[in-house]
Order: sequence, then structure tokens, then C-alpha cells
Amino acid sequence: MSAPTTTRPDERTVHGRRARRTAESASIGWKLLLLKITVLGLLNAVSVYAAMVLFFNERWIIGTLVVVSGAILTWIYLQRGALPAKYLAPGVVFLLIFQVFVILYSGYVAFTNYGTGHNSTKDHAIHAIMLQTQDRVPDSPTYPLTVVESSDELGFAVTTEDGEILIGSADAPLEAVEGAVVEDGRVVQVPDHQVLSFADLVERQQELTTLAVPLSDDPNAGALRTQDGQRAYVYTSRFVYDESSDTMTNTQTGQTYTDGGEGAFVTEAGEELMPGWRVNVGLENFVRAITEESIRGPLLYVTTWTFAFAFLSVASTFILGLFLAIVFNDPRMKSRKYYRLVMILPYAFPGFLSALVWAGMMNQEFGFINNVLFGGAAIPWLSDPWLAKLSILIVNLWLGFPYMFLVCTGALQSIPEELTEAAQMDGARPFQAFRQIKFPLLLVSIAPLLISSFAFNFNNFNLVYMLTGGGPRDIEAGINVGSTDILISMVYKVAFVGSQSDYGLASAFSILIFFIVGTISVIAFRRTRALEELN
Amino acid sequence: MAVALEPQTRRPNRAPSTPRAAKSATARRPFRRWFSQTGWRHLVGVAVVIFAAFPLVYVFSASLNPGGTLITANTLFGNLSLSSYVDLFNRPQQPFAAWYVNTLFIGFSASAGSVLLGALAAYAFSRMRFTGRRFGLITILLVQMFPQLLAMVAIFLLMLSIGEIFPAIGLNSQIGLILVYLGGALGVNTYLMYGFFNTIPTSIDEAARIDGAGHARIFFTIILPLVSPILAVVALLSLVATLSEFVIASVLLRDPERQTLAVGLYQFISQETSQNWSIFAAGAVLAAIIPVALFLALQRYIVSGLVAGSVK
Repeated sequence: MSAPTTTRPDERTVHGRRARRTAESASIGWKLLLLKITVLGLLNAVSVYAAMVLFFNERWIIGTLVVVSGAILTWIYLQRGALPAKYLAPGVVFLLIFQVFVILYSGYVAFTNYGTGHNSTKDHAIHAIMLQTQDRVPDSPTYPLTVVESSDELGFAVTTEDGEILIGSADAPLEAVEGAVVEDGRVVQVPDHQVLSFADLVERQQELTTLAVPLSDDPNAGALRTQDGQRAYVYTSRFVYDESSDTMTNTQTGQTYTDGGEGAFVTEAGEELMPGWRVNVGLENFVRAITEESIRGPLLYVTTWTFAFAFLSVASTFILGLFLAIVFNDPRMKSRKYYRLVMILPYAFPGFLSALVWAGMMNQEFGFINNVLFGGAAIPWLSDPWLAKLSILIVNLWLGFPYMFLVCTGALQSIPEELTEAAQMDGARPFQAFRQIKFPLLLVSIAPLLISSFAFNFNNFNLVYMLTGGGPRDIEAGINVGSTDILISMVYKVAFVGSQSDYGLASAFSILIFFIVGTISVIAFRRTRALEELN
Repeated sequence: MAVALEPQTRRPNRAPSTPRAAKSATARRPFRRWFSQTGWRHLVGVAVVIFAAFPLVYVFSASLNPGGTLITANTLFGNLSLSSYVDLFNRPQQPFAAWYVNTLFIGFSASAGSVLLGALAAYAFSRMRFTGRRFGLITILLVQMFPQLLAMVAIFLLMLSIGEIFPAIGLNSQIGLILVYLGGALGVNTYLMYGFFNTIPTSIDEAARIDGAGHARIFFTIILPLVSPILAVVALLSLVATLSEFVIASVLLRDPERQTLAVGLYQFISQETSQNWSIFAAGAVLAAIIPVALFLALQRYIVSGLVAGSVK
């Protein structure tokens, strides 16, 4: 459509190139240059800082990536050419991190058992198990204790019998500290730490009694705990970890747990010791989704309902919107402007609020619809599986028809009136003329919007989650899912709602949705030939 | 490409233009004929207006009902008082004012950022020819088919690990949330803008270049003002989308003080069921004011933007 602008014929001569360069540099202006230097300077400062912090935390790969991308960005903006890259780079950086990378990362998570009970490394799991199963060591020494805080983290400062001062927190084992002030055998001041007052101790009692500060890096050495914030005692775990054989042994029952390879210590009888850790489980999440009856069943009907919901939503809003567009497209009708203004209100009102308001109106006992419109009937709008589905469709019709009305009106008006008149001259009745001439033309221009509306409703999380919460819940299902859940709300609930999170399974569902959405998009694009219009 | 949507004011047609003439025109038509031609349209119009406006009238009435629950909200405009609006700001557990400020901050920052990033990219795609251009356009089109919320688990885990090292942009950080939203900036926005940029003749760029303007100056001082209508549309659409975004905000923002209206108001009613219905309604009315006002003020541009996307 537009002529190539980056390579002009005069560039071929040295003269022309030089003239162009002079013009370019003269026109940039000192303000832009200053802005460029400042932004690039900031970018470099931030990436150097970030890389240093990352290297300090031993994240070598990410740190290197930060350095490399910082260098690439600087290179792009400092040289003369690469003009498109200069304009594309900022958006592409965000796209790469928060769209492309997270999609790939979803793929990775789908192959792990990441979730409640499996959300960290094996070392963390071992420490966590030992911390959770601690008993006080009989006749162990008492340590005079001061509770200290440093950057929002509670820690213990204790004095040993031979006068040594040690400090540590949940993540940092006890270590000798210099420069602390001791009065009456108790620490009263530590550099870089704040000493908690008695009132603070009372307020944070809960936090305090669960805090355990390891004595050393060896998980078997035990930890200090306190009940009153004044004295600490040594606690050791019922479990002993043997590094050479990689087993946990319960010293009270003598039961031995071994690493079963699935992210947890298990006995021979199959009893698991929680928490476990994150491991790669291969296709297990996908296999579970397809073979485990209590997941497969819900997954199937949720998928079916998602398609039905998206299709019916598009169909109902389109039919109503088109009908209204035709009705109001008559120039003889007065005050159409006011009708239109009220009609687009549902589109302007934030969607999540609409769903919540409708949820209130559809409340079975107290809602307006049952109490006023149906005179006190107790119609279970949101708690009967089928009525809940109907309710969702009604509310989505309310939410979506204004949009369809607007685009149909626009499309109708872009079709010349002469076509209809010509048809009527030829003897077609008005409806016939509409159906055979205007409607096909309308569909041509509206089709891409119908497809994107389908895609939107396919993932219309807010409506479902705010109106019914996906409910009524299916009690027999092995996952938290209800009869109005669509795929995306099911993913959300599996990952973030309730006490059990299964990030691995949720990501596996996400990947399945990716494939469904991808297939639909490709088919739709092929049919509408949208891609061919790119030049 | 863009279609004007108000033919009644623009296009001369058979309808009489002054009210008086209209009146005499309808008066001339017998009732039956009037009804079959336009009268029934008004009946449809009234029915649709009731359907469209009712929930909004209901929530407005509920918000004026002092201390009301769901059941008391059923008497429309029975009691009138502003006490719910006052109560709304005096609830330490549900810091409505903070939610409001957060939502505006996040919404405006994300929307401004998206427009800037999208416009830069659209300019490159529309004005420059480079290897990988078509591939880039198709990639953007395909990537936006996968909405970000599908990857919510991965986004959560990513922000969790960023937060361990850089708490300022990790989990529970509003800046972090804005960064995540900017990840979607190059999606549909670039596409809308690209189409609009293409309608601006390249001869303008060339003239400016001959006069000695560099690419940056052309972009900022010539092109951007010319495409400001589409910038406004994209800004508004992404603002409205961000204001009611729930999933990612609810996953990333943990402290009540840092949450947005969507997250806060949802939890507010899901926790307290129907007890504080009028306070929720007051919150809903306040939360809706800005998007609805912007929408009504800019509706003509939005509509033409939407239609431009469809009608070629």
C-alpha cells in the first residue's frame, strides 16, 4: 500500500547518504538526544543492578539473559540503522516476557507436579518436614532470648552458656554476631536489627510460636523455639534424614521413608510424607485429565458447556442485536438517539459489576426477580444446574447485545440502500430482499467480529465466576468444578481456589485450551482470509 | 473505512427534519399505518430500554437504601439516603478508597503504556518494510488469540520467583501487575492502530523528511497527532478492560490495601453474602461512574473504532 520509505534511491550514492545522515542528525534535536541518553543510561543501570543481584542469588541463566538483552537493546538504540527494531523493541520485550515466555512456562509447569505439597525443592521439603515434627529435647539447655526483626523477618538473638551471642531466623541458621549489647545475660541491641518490645511480642504471638530457627545447616541438628519470647529451647525432629541413603526415618516408630521418585518420601506401603517437592512428572497431568474418571467426566462436560456457552452467547446476542439494528434503522422513527443511549449502557457498565448485580437480583430467597417479578416464588436461578446455565445466557445476552447492535447498525449503514430498492423493483418483498441481499453482505463484514466474540466468550471468566462461581458444584468430581464452569474458570479454581492448588494440572488444562483455541483460530482465519489482507 | 453511525443527523433522508414537520407527517398517517411502520418500533424500543436499564436502576436504588440487605433493596427507591456511600469509606477491612485509587493508577498507567508501545509498533509495521514484517504481524495476531489469562498459573509462578529477588516488581506489587498488562500491549491494539496508520498518506512523511525531519520527530510531532482518534479509542478500550480485569489482579495482589476494585468488591460480597448489599451497590455505582462517563462521552469514536475493525 505505501511505498518503501527506508531505502530511497538516493541512498545508493555516497553523497546522498551523507546528506541524509546530516539531515537526520540535525533534526533529532537535543531534547530527544537527552531523553535517549537518559533512558538508555537508566536501562543499563537497572540491568547491571538486576544482573548483579541475580548472580548474587546464583540465578546464572536469568542473570546472563538480563545482561544480553540489556546489551542488545543498547546496541539497537545506539547505532544508526535498525530503525524498525527501534520502534518494535519496547513492545516486543514485554510480549516476550509476559506472553511468549509464560505460555512456554505453562507448558513446563504442565509437566511437573507443582502445587500444594509440591511447591519447592527437595532441601526445602526436608527442612519443612523436620520443622513440622519437632519435640522439645528433654533436659536441653535454656537460652535467654531476644526476638529481633530485620526487613520484615523475625529472628532470634540468644546468648549461650559460654557467653557467645548468636543470631538467626527461619531461613538463616544461628550464627555468631559482633557488636551486640548484652544486659543481664540478655541481648538488648543488635546492629541492623530491631528488638521487639513486649507489646509487639503479644501482638505477634502466633507468628512467634511457630518460628523455628535452625541450629545449623544440618537439618538433623534441631532448632530453637520459644513459647513466651523470653526463653528458647532446643527442639529436634522425630525424623532423621540420612543423606547417604536418601531416607527419612521416624525415630519413634522406626518407619523408614524413601524417595519414591515422584516428589515425596514414601514408605513401602505407599504412605506419603508431606510436604513433598517439585519434580518432573512427564505426561502424568495430561494422562490424569484423560484417564482418571473423576477428572475426565467434568473435563468433558465443561468443554462441551464452554462450546455451547460461547456459541449460544454469540448467536443470541447477534440475533437480538441485528433485530434491534434493523428495527432502529428506520429513518422515519423519532428519538432513536435516546433509545440507543440507554441501550448501550450495559456495554459501558463494567462487566464484573454487572455479573455481581445480576447475581444479587437472581438470588433464590431475597432477589428481586423471585421476590418481586415472580411474586415470592423460589426459583433456583443460580443453584439448579440447568437454570444456572440459562441464567448465564440471559445475563450474557444483556451484556452483549449492545455491542452487536452497534456493529450491526454500522455494517447495515455501510450497505447501500439502492441494493434493497433494486431488489424491491424486481418484485422482492422486504424480508426477502433483506435475507438474500443485505444479510449476506452484512455477514461478510461482521464475520470476523463474530469470531472474535466467540473467542472472547470462550474465555469469559468474569461472567461465570462472578455470577455463579461456576456452581452449582459437582460433588462427585475429583476437582473443584461446577456445572456452569467454563474451561478458563475451571483452570482458575484448580489453581487458586480452595485449600488445594494443583498448578501442574491447571497448566495442563491451559495447554489443552491453547490447542483448542489455536485450532479454532486457524480454521477461522482460513475461512475469513483475514491474513491475506496483510500486505 | 470508518462509518458514521448517526445517519439521523448526517444523512439527508425522507424523514422530516424539524419536529413540527415530523408531527404533521405522523398526523397525516392513519394510526394503523403509523403503527405498522414505526409505532411497533417504539414498543420494541421501550421493551429493550427496560431490559437494558433495569439492573442499573435497581443497583442505583439499592445504593440509596440505608443499611439495606438484598431483601430491602427490592422496594425500589423506598428509602432515600446517602449513608451507604458514607459507610463505604469507613470500613477498615475493605479499604474502598484505596481500591479506587489503585484501580485508577493501574488502569491509567497500563492504558497509557499500551498505547505508547502499540503506537510505536504500529508505526514500524505501517511505515517501514523490513524482513520479517509479515511474519511479525501474523505472530502478533496469533499470540493475541491466546489471552494472557490462560497463562495465569505461569504468570503467578513467574511473579512469585521475581518477588523473591525483586520484591518491588514481583508478587503483590502494582508495578508488577502493570508490567504484566503491558505484555498484552502488542495484541489487538497494534492491529487496530496499524489499520488506522495505513490510512494516513505516506506522502506526509516524505514531505516532512524532505524538510529535514528525522524519524523520531515525524513520529512524535506529525503522525501521533494525526492518529489521535485511534489512540483515544485504544486508550479507552484498554482502560476499561484493565478496570474490570479480575483474574490476574486477584492472583497477583495479595494485601487488601493493594487490591483493585474488581478484586476487592468481589471478595466483599462473596464473603459477606447479602448482608451489606446497599454498601456494595454504592461501591458499584462509584466504580462504574468513570468508565460509563468516558464511554458515553467518547461513544461515537469507540463505535467507529469497532466498526472500522469489521467493515472494510
